[in-house]
Amino acid sequence: MNTNSDLLRIEELRYTWPGESRPVLDIGEFTIGRGERLFLRGPSGSGKSTLLGAIAGLVRPDHGRILFDRTDLGSLSNAARDRFRAEQLGVIFQQFNLLPWLDVRANVTLPCRFSRSRARRAGNVAAAADHLLDAMDLAPELRAKRADELSVGQQQRVAAARALIGKPQLVLADEPTSALDSDRRQAFIELLFSQVEAAGSALLFVSHDPDLARDFDREVSLPTINRAGVAA
Amino acid sequence: MNLLGLALRSLINRRFAVILTILTIALSIALLVLVEQMRSEVRDGFYRSVSGTDLIVGARTAPIQLLLYSVFGIGDATNNVSWQTYQELAGTSDVAWAIPMALGDMHRGYRVMGTSDALFEHFRYGDRRALELAEGRAFDDLFDVVVGHQVARQLDYDIGDRIVLSHGTGSTALQQHEEHPFTISGILAPTGTPVDQTLYISLPAHRAIHIGWERGTRMPGAEIDPDQARERADELHPESVTAVLLGLQTRAAVFGLQRRINDYRAEALTAIMPGITLQELWRITGLAEQILRVVAGMVVLAGLLGMLTVLLTTLNERRREMAILRANGARPWQIAGLLVFEAGLIAACGIIAGVGLALLAQALAAPWLLTTFGLHVAVSWPATGLWLVLAGILGAGLAIGLVPALMAYRRTLADGMQVRM
Repeated sequence: MNTNSDLLRIEELRYTWPGESRPVLDIGEFTIGRGERLFLRGPSGSGKSTLLGAIAGLVRPDHGRILFDRTDLGSLSNAARDRFRAEQLGVIFQQFNLLPWLDVRANVTLPCRFSRSRARRAGNVAAAADHLLDAMDLAPELRAKRADELSVGQQQRVAAARALIGKPQLVLADEPTSALDSDRRQAFIELLFSQVEAAGSALLFVSHDPDLARDFDREVSLPTINRAGVAA
Repeated sequence: MNLLGLALRSLINRRFAVILTILTIALSIALLVLVEQMRSEVRDGFYRSVSGTDLIVGARTAPIQLLLYSVFGIGDATNNVSWQTYQELAGTSDVAWAIPMALGDMHRGYRVMGTSDALFEHFRYGDRRALELAEGRAFDDLFDVVVGHQVARQLDYDIGDRIVLSHGTGSTALQQHEEHPFTISGILAPTGTPVDQTLYISLPAHRAIHIGWERGTRMPGAEIDPDQARERADELHPESVTAVLLGLQTRAAVFGLQRRINDYRAEALTAIMPGITLQELWRITGLAEQILRVVAGMVVLAGLLGMLTVLLTTLNERRREMAILRANGARPWQIAGLLVFEAGLIAACGIIAGVGLALLAQALAAPWLLTTFGLHVAVSWPATGLWLVLAGILGAGLAIGLVPALMAYRRTLADGMQVRM
């Protein structure tokens, strides 16, 4: 694979939590291509939260390089990494993605409050939010409601809209469907795919459920690439 | 801007805890402001009540007691100054004027003072202002009475109204001087001093209504007929007066005269300089004031600690909120700033509400102070010094906000991407 086309490239990454003797991450190589939809399979405790933290610039590796768009995150200052995260990443957690006291629209536009370039790319921020909420199939009458008045499934779709606003280059999704009913999972993934494609973003989707891996461009097993071999 | 909007919405979401915290701080600030305001207002009120009087003379007693019963109508005299001594005092070469005060009667809760025309000529209050009659004139007929501003206002009196005085100074003086009704001849302009709460009669009138009362109660048949009294007005004078206010020719003579009066052989007397005695009074009340200040300070501290408790408690609940903000691009200093801003806003709202409460309480207490002590307490804007203290408290509030802010800062760095519950 051509190195230049990689959006994210991890080389010889090692990380040990402070106070631990064994590393939680030891990854020789890991890449995500531009616009690629990558399924990362890993049981809980396999170091996926740490890996996501490292990619998001929240965890500074002890060793190795994380190249994002050819920039080494390790060489950036804390402030520059914060700016990078605000501009380039969309994040969807397992659950509790939204600020409960904000309305749905304000939750979607949250990243635009912290990054000017993200707001610029979104154009009309309010219209972009509505467009994404339309695309994520969220009924208009729900949008002025407080986030905590929504069902879990609705909240996850709002979180996806937020992750995508302002077209970040990479969307990190950490088990975003685990709180959903099984028949809703596939629908959520399909909506996510269509919008990731529309935004031109790459998607790193982490899950322990191999059934969901079907439609992804590529599937990687974290226990396989992580030489640290953390016990599950 | 955007960040402040977020902070406000977060605060509104927790409005009950936030309002309670603001209320706690507001009450503590109100207490602090009230203690400070009342202290200076009450002092001003006392100073305003005696200006231009060089010496106050009464029977031997404690100086503060003499000052309180003669000028402020607080407490009673245990002994009087004989008429002869009063005349000697008034005739001393250093003395420019003497205002006699004969107390002992009341009218519907207000003090009645027997005095002379010297009161209207020489008594001064505030910035050396003389008493002025808002309506009517001073004593003309023997049974004329001049009433203070509050007396006329509260009891709805007009010139020409006839009133009856009561004997004794207890709160319920039961015996009435009903055979000697008085006519209101004058109403004084407001002064903001105990004068407003006093009725003034002439010394001969004071004597006339007490003929036949030598044993402290009425002896039927012994009293003097009003018309008879009018005929004999020139020769009537009380056997004693309660106190005498003296004005001197030269202020330099005050120490010498004070010593001479205190050493007076014929009668045991006390002469005081009102300003110095007030200082003594403040020395006594000063300790109480200091204690009140310390208590108020502690209460403010308790209020601020209450805020810290609330902020720290919510910090745990809001850990998730902070992780979400961080994942969406908030910098750690922005999250810390959010908390400092919250603390500052709570403290500022508390201070503003507290000052408002204090002013309200002052406005409500003012009528009570006026009727009870004759002290006019203005609802005044806090002095610069007090504003500096309040600014210091705001600063302390912000500093207290730094504690949770620092904790949040460190946690957001340590938590990374994990949304902990």
